[in-house]
Amino acid sequence: MTALAAPPPEAWRRTSPLSFVVGAILSLRSAALPVVAGMIGTGMWRQGWLVVAPSLAALLGFTALFSYIAWRHFRYLVGENDIRVERGLFSRTARAVPYERIQDVSLEQTLIPRLFGMVDVKFETGAGGKDELRIRYVTAAEAAALRATVRARKAGEESVAGILETVTEDPSRLLFAMDLKRLATFGVFEFSLVVFAVLGGAAQQFDFLLPYDIWDFRHWLELLAGPGHRLQELGVMTQAIGAALALTVLALLGLVTGLGRTVLRDYDFRLEDTPKGLRRRRGLLTRTDAVMPLHRVQALKVTTGIVRRRFGWHGLSVVSLAQEAKSGNQVVVPFARMDEIAPVVETAGFALPDDTTEWHRASRHQRTHAIALTVVPFALLAAAVGALGRYIPDLATGLPLLAAFGAAALGALLGLREWHLWRRRRHAIDARQLFVEHGWLAPRLDIAARVKLQSVEIAQGPLGRRGGYADLKFGVAGGELEMHGVPIEAARAISAAVLDSIVAVDFSRLPG
Amino acid sequence: MDELTPLHPNYVKVVRLAALGAMLPFAIGALVLEQASVLPTGAFIVPVLLAGLYLVIRAPLRRYHARGYQMGDDRLRVVRGLVFRSDTVVPFGRVQHIDVEQGPVERGYGLATLVLYTAGTHNASVSLPGLAHSDALEMREAIRARVKRETL
Repeated sequence: MTALAAPPPEAWRRTSPLSFVVGAILSLRSAALPVVAGMIGTGMWRQGWLVVAPSLAALLGFTALFSYIAWRHFRYLVGENDIRVERGLFSRTARAVPYERIQDVSLEQTLIPRLFGMVDVKFETGAGGKDELRIRYVTAAEAAALRATVRARKAGEESVAGILETVTEDPSRLLFAMDLKRLATFGVFEFSLVVFAVLGGAAQQFDFLLPYDIWDFRHWLELLAGPGHRLQELGVMTQAIGAALALTVLALLGLVTGLGRTVLRDYDFRLEDTPKGLRRRRGLLTRTDAVMPLHRVQALKVTTGIVRRRFGWHGLSVVSLAQEAKSGNQVVVPFARMDEIAPVVETAGFALPDDTTEWHRASRHQRTHAIALTVVPFALLAAAVGALGRYIPDLATGLPLLAAFGAAALGALLGLREWHLWRRRRHAIDARQLFVEHGWLAPRLDIAARVKLQSVEIAQGPLGRRGGYADLKFGVAGGELEMHGVPIEAARAISAAVLDSIVAVDFSRLPG
Repeated sequence: MDELTPLHPNYVKVVRLAALGAMLPFAIGALVLEQASVLPTGAFIVPVLLAGLYLVIRAPLRRYHARGYQMGDDRLRVVRGLVFRSDTVVPFGRVQHIDVEQGPVERGYGLATLVLYTAGTHNASVSLPGLAHSDALEMREAIRARVKRETL
């Protein structure tokens, strides 16, 4: 950056004084666990409050002090051409980000800042992850003003004051929202047994706190032999009731986990159409507020689940350029009927496939090859194991036969899956878009705009050359799109058509 | 499909040298095993030598013939692969930036690799090796002239 005219000192701003309180609480929270663990580990806690209390007070004091220093030495400036941030006591970091480099401003409120009405402002530049410019924390009003200013400056308008009103008066249209009933239904379908993984992990972490070694198998045997012994004497009926009870508890736990996670994440979900793009707000304790500029939407994904598909529930995600560092996927409609998704798709500048869409299947040769590739190894394995059983009589009788049968069954199952996959896979191309539908139990529909694709590749393996089919792989910014097993002539035609529409529009002049 | 432009003939030599380098540890290993004479003479060195001959002499030549490119007005097509063939087209309008790379061996033969970067996750970079260095520079300038803006 060339020499900048020094701005007047009064133009610099500090974050809200409350932010140092929030910062202190947050760092205290992350420090608390190691400190407690340390105290237990060193046996310090045994020495009574006379030792423990002063050390805790010292910890509190230091955290507050550091947090205060960090706050004191953090300042930011909303300049004519850029946003500048300076921070650090000994090693000062100064950073200036020009407005035109800022892709978007996102506001985030986690639980503790939220209690104080503080907002974390993130400026997305495409640098990704840690390198993004952040201002932590400011009041909600200041955050909104910052966002409005940046957007207005980006749009190249003149003064800050005049625009604030126009931006806050932006007409926004509600595209999708979830009420409590919908949220609850969604939560039921988000049934998850992840809680057991968490419990297992926690048990492993804190097993020193448990009265016995839970990983010791013998201990469990003893338990079974002791009180468990009585279980065996209770009879089949009681055992069955017990098993049913255990399953019910399992189901309830999964249900509660799913509901809990869903409510935490998607409470009061609102998607709005604003002049700046799709605005999404969601969350119970951590409320996020993000805007996805429409012109940066590269492709759409219509997703569903194994069970929810039967009830007609779907979700919609956008693939965009903004979140390159993360997955590049943003859920805009988590759980809805197709007729609720359609208007959102339309707003995003895409269209769902309709009756006029000409769907094509993958090549039949591809199906044959895919099935053969999965079945043949298993068949060979089954034959080998069977033969082994014949010539080595020492092996327990029946065991090789059982293994051979198992391998054959597994092979048949996987072959059936391949066949089903082929049946579900289809693709289509129209004047503006590409459609790909794929997946076995929960089929997914990808929609991409032809002009927004980056490159086209026709890939052909040895089997593909024999069967005359190829995979078409498209470069999508922030995502992937692939048509599997397309007959080679069709693949060439699609490739040529897509390339023609790409070169017709230069990337930097894409609409939006 | 239009005719592909073949790569510079020196590319074969570059690939051969690379194959030779990759074969070296195997050759040494085979020699050591021969010295230990656990199996009859030639049990290790002969297959390794045969495989080496194929990989160093024949394979690079076939690889060279499988490769090619086609420079259009608005796009670059790169074809490669012997067993798994791939035919990639990058429109110049989607090129983010361009690199011309030269490894030590390539430099010795006056070759260079042209790398086109796109914003796509798949094929984020498409490289075309085996170009004469001057050709690579020329292509870079030609593409750059057509890339309206370097970045987004």
